[in-house]
Amino acid sequence: MSTEFRSNVAHALKRDAVQTHLKTVVDRLRAHRQGALGNDAAFERLRNRCEAIRADAIRRLPDLLQQFESKAQRNGIQVHWAETTLQANQIVLDIMQRHRATFLVKGKSMVSEEMGVNTFLQSHGIGCLETDLGEFIVQLAGEKPAHIIVPAIHKNRREVAHLIHRHFPGLPYSEDIETLAQSVRHFMRDKFRSAPVGLTGVNFMVAETGTLCLVENEGNGRMCSTLPPVHIAVTGIEKVIARLEDLPPLLNLLTRSATGQPVTAYVNMINSPRRPGDKDGPDEVHLILLDNGRSRIAGDPELLETLHCIRCGACINHCPVYRQIGGHAYGTVIPGPIGAILEPQKQGLDAAAGELPQASTLCGACAEVCPVRIPIPAIINRLRWESVRKNRQSQNSRPVVPGAGSGRKSLEALIWKIWAWCCTHPRMYNRMTKLATRLRNRLPADMGAWTAVRKAPKPAQSTLHERLRKMDIDHE
Amino acid sequence: MNNRVVSEKPQAVYFYGTCLIDLFYPQAGISAIELLRREGVSVIYPQSQTCCGQPAWNSGYRDEALAVARAQLALFPQPIPLVIPSASCAGMMKMHYPALFRDQSDEATALNVAGRVYELTAFLVDVLDIRLIDLGDPISVVVHTSCSARRELGVGDKLHTLLRQLHNVAILEPENSAECCGFGGTFAVKQPEISAAMALEKAAAVRATDAQRLVSQDCGCLMNIGGVMEKQDQVMPGRHIAELLWERTKN
Repeated sequence: MSTEFRSNVAHALKRDAVQTHLKTVVDRLRAHRQGALGNDAAFERLRNRCEAIRADAIRRLPDLLQQFESKAQRNGIQVHWAETTLQANQIVLDIMQRHRATFLVKGKSMVSEEMGVNTFLQSHGIGCLETDLGEFIVQLAGEKPAHIIVPAIHKNRREVAHLIHRHFPGLPYSEDIETLAQSVRHFMRDKFRSAPVGLTGVNFMVAETGTLCLVENEGNGRMCSTLPPVHIAVTGIEKVIARLEDLPPLLNLLTRSATGQPVTAYVNMINSPRRPGDKDGPDEVHLILLDNGRSRIAGDPELLETLHCIRCGACINHCPVYRQIGGHAYGTVIPGPIGAILEPQKQGLDAAAGELPQASTLCGACAEVCPVRIPIPAIINRLRWESVRKNRQSQNSRPVVPGAGSGRKSLEALIWKIWAWCCTHPRMYNRMTKLATRLRNRLPADMGAWTAVRKAPKPAQSTLHERLRKMDIDHE
Repeated sequence: MNNRVVSEKPQAVYFYGTCLIDLFYPQAGISAIELLRREGVSVIYPQSQTCCGQPAWNSGYRDEALAVARAQLALFPQPIPLVIPSASCAGMMKMHYPALFRDQSDEATALNVAGRVYELTAFLVDVLDIRLIDLGDPISVVVHTSCSARRELGVGDKLHTLLRQLHNVAILEPENSAECCGFGGTFAVKQPEISAAMALEKAAAVRATDAQRLVSQDCGCLMNIGGVMEKQDQVMPGRHIAELLWERTKN
């Protein structure tokens, strides 16, 4: 059966050069993380602590958000709530229009990708410039990020060189990374200075202080949040944590898990707009808190662990499926295992993303590396059930996961029923397996997808049941 | 992880053959039983066993998985270990029966059975403390540790512990050894393109070791990787670990 996802996959698997490059980078990211873990016991203690911090925060989500809002407002940050991405975009647009701004510079933000803010603002005549190097490359190419930490993971050095050369014909062609970075840096400086508004994401919001924390490696996030007179931060409501003391362990774990760094080059702590006597900083700081399905997810005791995610990308880097198909094949803002559980919950199991829980062998690599131990395979299993469950819910009650039951196909359901009947009737089961062994040389060699790259498995000459009946062992 | 629950060597165990071994790899089941019996453990094989229910559980068909799993529960009434020559099926019973049977009337029985489940290699090493004498000719084997053994049950190293006792066996690891082979049960049918890409890469890594045998504790992986190599006309016989151990240590 061909689906949007399946055809994305087919396309991705055909691109050998991209695949080879992707695997190299993914393997490097894995090695970096491995090298940064340090002492096993200490790292596990850090994971325990962070798991507890995130679980506590999500359990008390409404309270912490209220506490955060009142602290942030007292500090002079203007807090906006958006239930949908459209509302969030509208809030950005209103701020832009109030300042008669036609241009903004952007730091890396996956929530802004979720909003599709660039496209939205463009349709209102407002330009957005991505200032993170990876995001900038992706923007020049007219693509979407292929990874949440390494947006241009799919592009090799030569592709980037050609891309820069095409857009900046005045620059001499170079494949030297330093030279390329310098050229972009030079171009960006002017933009930072002249931009009326800067937009960034947020890594954590601290409830007890009203602080926004943003980590980055290029300094562009700091530029976007300090140089322009207006700073707009966008984030999902789940990013809140209770205490300031929760932050150091989380940052420590986040950067080690993501890139293997003990700390990022920049850690921005934003408390307020520019105060009298401050040497820099924006006159206005806005924070847009996006729900977009998150509070619904928080209402389910099992699914809410999805919201514990701190967006390090470790599950993506360690996923054997992502390693083969890359980020774009997922067709979602967030790819990989975390995307495969988050996006269907947001968009619904009846959307294209509803197939993503199938994009897993349940190998467990994601859960093994997840810094806050999100049980991703268990949530995948739950979503597979939600997808094919018989929809007994009344029309009045909203299903926990939108589109629940939409994946149930009558033929498939019938096959499982017959299978279950055989497996609960041992005599029938034994008759079927015995029959298969007797027909072993006459079974079809072509078993569809399985035999595309494999020989068909051949049943043994007789089953284990049969052989053991002749052996001297107990059967009850 | 040492998930040993019995304190001393039991006199008898239940043996759960798994449907895959029943139909495709019966010799692996026989070998496992022979190994257990040689250690002085008598083996009970309930003839009414079929499948642990994992295929349906992993596909979201929980009612069907529950019915099939329930039919297995009744087969193991005595308070003795249940030994399974597959980390995947052992993982289903040990790790997922508790969730599958949650709030069901037979939840206590399910928890009881789950608590007695042992993956074969873990049982041989942790409970029986088996000692092996290698009687075979020198051979090189490449090990594929299944994801269930490595990550779900945390018993991936037991296979190596056993193989290291065989002095004429050289143990090789494929590159990227922790990577899944791409089987994933119904995954191979639902996402055949990704599964094929993963299986081809794994088979290439296995082949690159130039080993004489491929060995694993899970027949699903063997069927997947072996199927690819067979299609490419490359001869590297796959063996379940029990089969290799028995083959090389029987008198």
